[in-house]
Amino acid sequence: MTQVFYAASALAVVAAFLTVTRSNALHAVLYLVLALFALAIDFLVLGAPFIAALEIIVYAGAIVVVILFVIMMVAGGAASGEQERRWLPPRAWIVPSLLAGALAVLTIGSLAAGGGQAITATTIGPREVGAVLFTTYLIGVELASVLLLAGLVGAYYLGARD
Amino acid sequence: MAIVPTSHVLIVSALLVCIGAFGVLLRRNLLFMLLSLEVMLNGAALAFIGASARWQQPDGQIFVMFIMAMAAAEVAVGLALFLQIYRQLSTLDADALDVMRG
Repeated sequence: MTQVFYAASALAVVAAFLTVTRSNALHAVLYLVLALFALAIDFLVLGAPFIAALEIIVYAGAIVVVILFVIMMVAGGAASGEQERRWLPPRAWIVPSLLAGALAVLTIGSLAAGGGQAITATTIGPREVGAVLFTTYLIGVELASVLLLAGLVGAYYLGARD
Repeated sequence: MAIVPTSHVLIVSALLVCIGAFGVLLRRNLLFMLLSLEVMLNGAALAFIGASARWQQPDGQIFVMFIMAMAAAEVAVGLALFLQIYRQLSTLDADALDVMRG
């Protein structure tokens, strides 16, 4: 299981990097799907099968498909890839790499020094999650439903042609 | 049976967040900035799952579900905004959005 975790994590990191650097929007979204699947494997290994399934169904299934629809409506085929390459000259990479690299060195340096206790393989299934979700976090569920309703109304209002 | 040290899970999560932040800084296209935000959110979700596994409590998994609900609402409103921006400016360049009009 240890090797599975490291392999899936490496795949997720590489796919995430390709997601943010590709110039073709469709390729970037497909790499994002790959990263989400690799993360779902990570969740499965870490004992969260319910969240792994949700990651695939909700994230890779619903959210990414909505993004794909908008890409097909907006970015007209190959022309946008050409434009993206013009927007990403080599000098545009310098400052973001320095800032993100400094952030990565600082956080990972402080984490690597700590070590930390080992995670043991204990699966927490949907039953336990549901029991806590609908008792302790019931107010959170209600607030999430209000948030989703607000998102629906907001998207409908903004999407309407005036 | 030990799988991995907690710090390694957090390092992967930190790497994902840094890659997402890199993408937000690098890209000019709003769609790619949204994709980078999704990568950052997933890095945070991995940290929650790692903490959930470390203490063997379901609370971390519940917060990942809240993150997913938030991401769904954010994507819906964000993409509707992008479509409106594209209709008015015929571009998704973030630098083109430098004029505020009522």
